[in-house]
Amino acid sequence: MALDQNQIRDIAELSRLQIDDDQITAYQQNLSNILALVDQLAAVDTQGIEPMAHPLDATQRLRADVVTEHNQREHFQAIAPHTEQGHYLVPKVVE
Amino acid sequence: MEWEVVIGLEIHAQLATQSKIFSGAATAYGADANTQACAVDLGLPGVLPVFNEEALRMAVKFGLAIDAEIGKKSVFDRKNYFYPDSPKGYQTTQLHYPTVGMGHIDIELDDGSTRRINVTRAHLEEDAGKSVHEGFGGLSGIDLNRAGTPLIEIVSEPELRSAKEASAYFRKMHSIVTYLGICDGDLSQGSMRCDCNVSLRPKGQTEFGTRTEIKNVNSFRNVERAIEAEIERQMDILEEGGRIIQETRLYDADKNETRAMRSKEVANDYRYFPCPDLLPVIIDDNYIEAVRATLPELPDQKRHRFQKDHGLSAIDAAVLSSQRELAHYFETAAQIANDYKLAANWVQGDVSATLNRLELDITALPVSAEQLGQILLRIKDNTLNNGGAKEVFNALLADPSQTDIDALIDQLGLKQVSDTGAIEAIVNDVLAANPKLVESYLATPEDKRAKAIGPFIGLVRKAAKGVNPQVVMDVLQQQLNRL
Repeated sequence: MALDQNQIRDIAELSRLQIDDDQITAYQQNLSNILALVDQLAAVDTQGIEPMAHPLDATQRLRADVVTEHNQREHFQAIAPHTEQGHYLVPKVVE
Repeated sequence: MEWEVVIGLEIHAQLATQSKIFSGAATAYGADANTQACAVDLGLPGVLPVFNEEALRMAVKFGLAIDAEIGKKSVFDRKNYFYPDSPKGYQTTQLHYPTVGMGHIDIELDDGSTRRINVTRAHLEEDAGKSVHEGFGGLSGIDLNRAGTPLIEIVSEPELRSAKEASAYFRKMHSIVTYLGICDGDLSQGSMRCDCNVSLRPKGQTEFGTRTEIKNVNSFRNVERAIEAEIERQMDILEEGGRIIQETRLYDADKNETRAMRSKEVANDYRYFPCPDLLPVIIDDNYIEAVRATLPELPDQKRHRFQKDHGLSAIDAAVLSSQRELAHYFETAAQIANDYKLAANWVQGDVSATLNRLELDITALPVSAEQLGQILLRIKDNTLNNGGAKEVFNALLADPSQTDIDALIDQLGLKQVSDTGAIEAIVNDVLAANPKLVESYLATPEDKRAKAIGPFIGLVRKAAKGVNPQVVMDVLQQQLNRL
């Protein structure tokens, strides 16, 4: 499956990536190649094989429901670009 | 044209765990901003989520309560989107292998009948943080305390056919999760939120019309009102030959209308994929049976028992079983008094009226279930008449520290007088003091005397509080007939 240029723009938008018009052709080529690889994998006959959710043949470990992490707000917010009254500040986003 | 309404609900219920679904940060409500957001919740590089066993157990418990298939293998997926209150850039959820599969609940309709509503699935996922848009000088403040709080999203089949049914379904789910103790059910704190999918189709048509989704409705009443408003809006458009646009809407309770949320320029595509940081969760029959053994009596079972074993009316049984705390209060009092019907009358009567008047929740009522049970016992052994019992109840309401009900009854002088001799004396005094009333009574034809005796009863009770009304009636009739 080959991607067209509009799909590349949509994917960039969804990924919040800014790409210049002169890069689009290269992205189109690279991403289409990846899809071609996936198509190749998809062509393999997998009848009777159970779908795999994870490459490791292991199951999830569970943790006890206990509070182990305590307040380290000052520590975490020391690297935040902008905080106020304990909040992380970001450009206004209202949906 | 006649339209059929099609509604499906997605209910998010926060699970009442101590810690988050994938981290050891606390989930307590109301903490100072970002004091309960750890490195995992913040999505810092290099962290790994570890699944909370209690969240799993609660989800399985819910599944068993709605008679659902339990997923022996659940898989977490990433739902990718960008929004500042989700710092990882994705929500961890379950797409293809949810922990709870197809189940069902029964809802009670106004006419007393019940309807079975199928539940498509309930999956485990994490809540997002909160954005605050006011008070930060044109910026948005992000509080990630809620990020990572475990949720189950309960998805109904599109089988609800009216706003009333939708609200009954939401209430029933609320009742079930609170009975199970897996969610505190506090709607005002957002512990349960509801998305309503609404569409209309011409009656008889099998394919669905275009639906809209009303996001984040957070009260039973608003679910009903929001859906009513949306049905009306869609009907107006369709009647005029217009088309419904599939979109997300918000309900404005002040204006009682829904309105479109600002639509995104690019249609979202969540690009789900299995979360590589989490392995499949595997449970077996032993696990499921061990959880089943912990299921409490559920609202439907309790309602049935109240009705069948204790002779309550269908309505009393339904109301008194609908909320766990109310049911507990009622049953505690009923057991002390050993009289379910008397307790039902009181809880449905004076107790409910008091709760409404003081805008209290049953858990905050000053009069305890034990105290009410003691009052009821004293009605049953004729120590109190109904009026006296109300006085004791009101006295306790004003001062709940009175632990000895009998002492309180003495103190208030409410001990019912059942001694015939004493009542005879009072009756004779009343008759002697009201010769005109006696005269008019005697002039009353036999068949109307039952009514004419009323004023005497009032006078006797005024003269002596706490007289046994049945004895007063007997003595009055006896004395008047002698004249």
